[in-house]
Amino acid sequence: MAAPVQTFSSDDKHKSASLNPLAHKSRPFESFIQLLLFLCGVASIFTTVGIVLTLGIEASSFFANRGVTSVNRQLVSEITPESTNIQLSTGGFAFEVGHVIEVEDELLFVTEVIDRENVVVTRGFNESPIKTHPAGKEVHKSNLVTLTEFFTNPTWQPQIAEFGILPLLTATLLISFIAMLIAIPIGLGTAIYLSEYATPRVRNTLKPTLELLAGVPTVVFGYFALTFITPILRGIFGENVVGVYNMASAGIVIGILIVPTITTISEDALRAVPRSLREASYGLGATRFETTVKVLVPAALSGILAAVLLGISRAIGETMVVAIAAGAGPNLTLNPFEAAETITGHIARISTGDLSYGSMDYKSLFALGLTLFIITLVMNLFSSMITRRFREAYQ
Amino acid sequence: MTDSSLPKVDSFKANLEKRQRVGRLWSRIFYMCNFVAILTLIALAFNISNNAFGYVAMSYKKDPVALSETPIETMDELGLAQILQREVPKKLRVIIRDALSRVPNEEFSQLSLQQALGGAVLAPEIATLKISEITDEQAIQVLKDNLDQGGLYNLVVQHVVEPIIRESWTLFDSLTKRETISQRIAEKYPEAKMEFRSWVNPMFLSNSISSDATTAGLRTALIGTLWVIVVTSIFAFPLGIGSAIYLEEYATDTWLNRLIETNIRNLAGVPSIIYGMLGLTVFVRLLAPLTSGAMFGVQGTDGRTILSAGLTLGLVILPVIIINAQEAIRAVAPSIREASYGLGATKWQTIARTVLPASTPGILTGVILSLSRAIGETAPLIVVGASTFITIDPDGPFSKFTVVPIQIFQWTAKPQQEFRNTAAAAIVVLMIVLMLLNSVAIFLRNRYSRQLTS
Repeated sequence: MAAPVQTFSSDDKHKSASLNPLAHKSRPFESFIQLLLFLCGVASIFTTVGIVLTLGIEASSFFANRGVTSVNRQLVSEITPESTNIQLSTGGFAFEVGHVIEVEDELLFVTEVIDRENVVVTRGFNESPIKTHPAGKEVHKSNLVTLTEFFTNPTWQPQIAEFGILPLLTATLLISFIAMLIAIPIGLGTAIYLSEYATPRVRNTLKPTLELLAGVPTVVFGYFALTFITPILRGIFGENVVGVYNMASAGIVIGILIVPTITTISEDALRAVPRSLREASYGLGATRFETTVKVLVPAALSGILAAVLLGISRAIGETMVVAIAAGAGPNLTLNPFEAAETITGHIARISTGDLSYGSMDYKSLFALGLTLFIITLVMNLFSSMITRRFREAYQ
Repeated sequence: MTDSSLPKVDSFKANLEKRQRVGRLWSRIFYMCNFVAILTLIALAFNISNNAFGYVAMSYKKDPVALSETPIETMDELGLAQILQREVPKKLRVIIRDALSRVPNEEFSQLSLQQALGGAVLAPEIATLKISEITDEQAIQVLKDNLDQGGLYNLVVQHVVEPIIRESWTLFDSLTKRETISQRIAEKYPEAKMEFRSWVNPMFLSNSISSDATTAGLRTALIGTLWVIVVTSIFAFPLGIGSAIYLEEYATDTWLNRLIETNIRNLAGVPSIIYGMLGLTVFVRLLAPLTSGAMFGVQGTDGRTILSAGLTLGLVILPVIIINAQEAIRAVAPSIREASYGLGATKWQTIARTVLPASTPGILTGVILSLSRAIGETAPLIVVGASTFITIDPDGPFSKFTVVPIQIFQWTAKPQQEFRNTAAAAIVVLMIVLMLLNSVAIFLRNRYSRQLTS
C-alpha cells in the first residue's frame, strides 16, 4: 500500500512540478474554458434579474410614488370644483395626456391637452378631495396609483385614469378555468390510458400526435379558435348569446393546447409508481380500473397536481389565443360568451399601438406584467416543489 | 362474524359483473381522451385547408386571355416585357422602383440607377443616369435583365391584369355548393369570373405585404423570420450549450450551481410575453445605440430591429436549449469519459472530443425543437415591436421587420374573409416549415436512440 512518497520543499513549486510529472499543473486554457462555460451558466441568472428589475422598476414608478416633480408652473385662473378645463402659466414642463397634476392635495388627471397653456382634466383622481384652487397656485406633476386602487377598482380604462386590474384578472382566471375544465379530464384520461392501458405499439403511435399538438404555434390555435370553435359555439348556443369574440372559445382552445403538458407530466408520475403497488392491488382482486383510480392516481397525486399547476400557469400566461379570439377591451363579467380582455391580451394589444415611453399607459403594462410574472412564478415554484417531494417518495 | 364480512356468492358475482362493466366503460372513456388530440389536429387541418383553398369571384382590369395568344404563364421574358411596355408604359419606372430599389422611396428618384438599384445588372450607358432620364426601352431592358420569368409574370399580373377578388368561399362550400356560388357570382358580380384559387401559390410567397388581399404576399415576413432566426441561433445556441456543459460537467453541488439550475427550470415557465417586456426595456430602449445600429453608423431606425427581436427570442428559447442539451450530455455513458481520462486527456479534451460528439444528435434535436418554437413565437415580438406594415425587405440585423406569425396575427385580426384566406395560406407555409424541422428532429432522435440501445 504505502508507496514511496516524495516530499518537496513548499517554497519551490516550479521545481516540484517539473520533478513530478503527475502533480497538478496549471492549465490556463482549461481554466479559461471553464470560466467561459461558467459565464454561460450565470447568464440565465441575469435573465431573471433582468426580468425582475425591468418589471419592478417600471411598475414601482407606476405605483404610489409620493414624490412630486416640481414643474415651475402656476394656475392662471381660479378653478372651481366643477371646472375641468384648467389654464396654466406659460413656460416650464409640458403636460401630456396621462400625467397627473397635483394642486395642493388634489390630484387632477390629464385627459386632453389643448395647447401648452390649456389642459382638460378629470377632477379628484384617486379619491383626492375636490376643492377650489385660487389663481397663482403652484402646480406639480404627480405619479400615483395605489396598490389598493390597482387591486380593487373594477374598471380598467387608462384613458380616464382608471387602473383597476379586476376586469383583466377575472377574464384571465375565467378563461384559465374553462381551459382547465377541458385540459384536466382529457389530459389525465390520456395519461392514464397511455401509462396503464396502451400496448407499447399503440403508445408509440399516440404519443407523436400529442407532440405534434404541442408543436403547433399558439397563433395558429388562435386562428383555430376564432374561425372554427367560435362558429360552432355560435351555432349551438345562438348568435345572440355568443359573441364573435368570446372567452369560451379561447378557453376551450387553450384547454386543448395544454393537454400535452398535463399528459406528459402526469404520465411520468404514473409510470414512476412502483410495480409492486400495482401487483399488490391486482393480487387483492381489484380490476384494472379500480387499481388505477384507487391506488395509482392517489400514489401519483403529487405529480398530477404539479402537472395541473403547470397547466394553469401556462393558461394564465397564454397570449395569442386570447389576443385573437377573446376580444379587445376590458370587461368585468363572468359570462363566458362575452368578449373580455385578459392581462396578456391587454399587454399585447396596447403594445401594438404607438406607445410613448414613460406614459402612464406604458408603465401600467409593466404593473400588469409584474402581476402576471408573480402569479406564474408562484405556480411554477409550487409545481416544482411538489415534483421534488414526489420524487423523494419512490426513488 | 367472519361469515358476515365475506360477501355472498350471488351478490359477489353480481357485484363483480358490475365492477367489470364500470372498468370497461372507463377504459373506453380513457381511450376516447386520446382522440381529442387527434380530432383537434384533424379539425385544425380541415379548418386551415378550408380557408386556404376555394372558389373566388375574380375580376380583372384586363383579362389575361385578351393580352396575348398564348397563356401568359408560359410566355418568355421578352413577351412579358413587351406586354408591360405596351400596356403600362407610364408605370415602368414605378415598377422598377417597387421591384428592384434598394433605397427608401423618397431618395430613389434623386440617385443614379447604379446607386438606387445597387447590385442590379445595368447596361454601362445607363448606370449613371437617374430613373427619369432613361427611355422606355431601357427601362424594359433593366427589368428583363434583373428578373426571371416568374418575376416578370408577377409584374404583369400586378400591374396589367390587376385581379381583384370580389368574394371568396371556403373549400367546403366550394365542393358542396358549386351551383349556388356560380349563381351568386352571375347575379352579384356579372363582370367577375369564378375561379378555383389556391391561396398558397408562388405569387403569395414572392409578393411583399400589401393592403389588398389579392396581391398580398409573405415574402417580407419570410425574410424577416429568416433573419430573426439567424440572430437567435447565433446568440442562443452557444450560450445554451455552454450552460449545459457547465452544469453537467463542471458544476459541483454548491448553492450557486443549485440556484442556476432552479433558475433555468423557472425561466422555462415564464410566459413568453414577459420576455417581450424584458426585450422592450433592455434591447429596444436601454441598448438602443447597439440594436438600432447607430453605433455602427446605421441611421433612421430605432431599437425595434431584427437584432432586438432575435436577442429576445434567444432568451425565450435559452431554457429549452439548456434543458435538452443537459439531458443529451447526461445520457453519455460515464465509461466513455473514464476511458478518455484513462488515456490522459484533460477535462476539456474529454468534453470536446468524446462527450460532445457522443451527445451531438441529442443536442441537435433539442436545438431544432427550440428553433421551431422560436419560429412560431409571436407574443414577445409583438411587444418588442415588429412593424406590421413595411415595404422594404429587411436586409440586415438593423432593419425593421415583420415575421410570419405576426403576419398571421395581423391578417386574422382583419374582418374581411379574404384576409382569413391569406392568414390560412400563411399558416400552411408556417406549418410546412415547422413539420420539416420536426421531422429532422425525429429522424435524429431515432438514430440517436438506436445508437444507445445497440
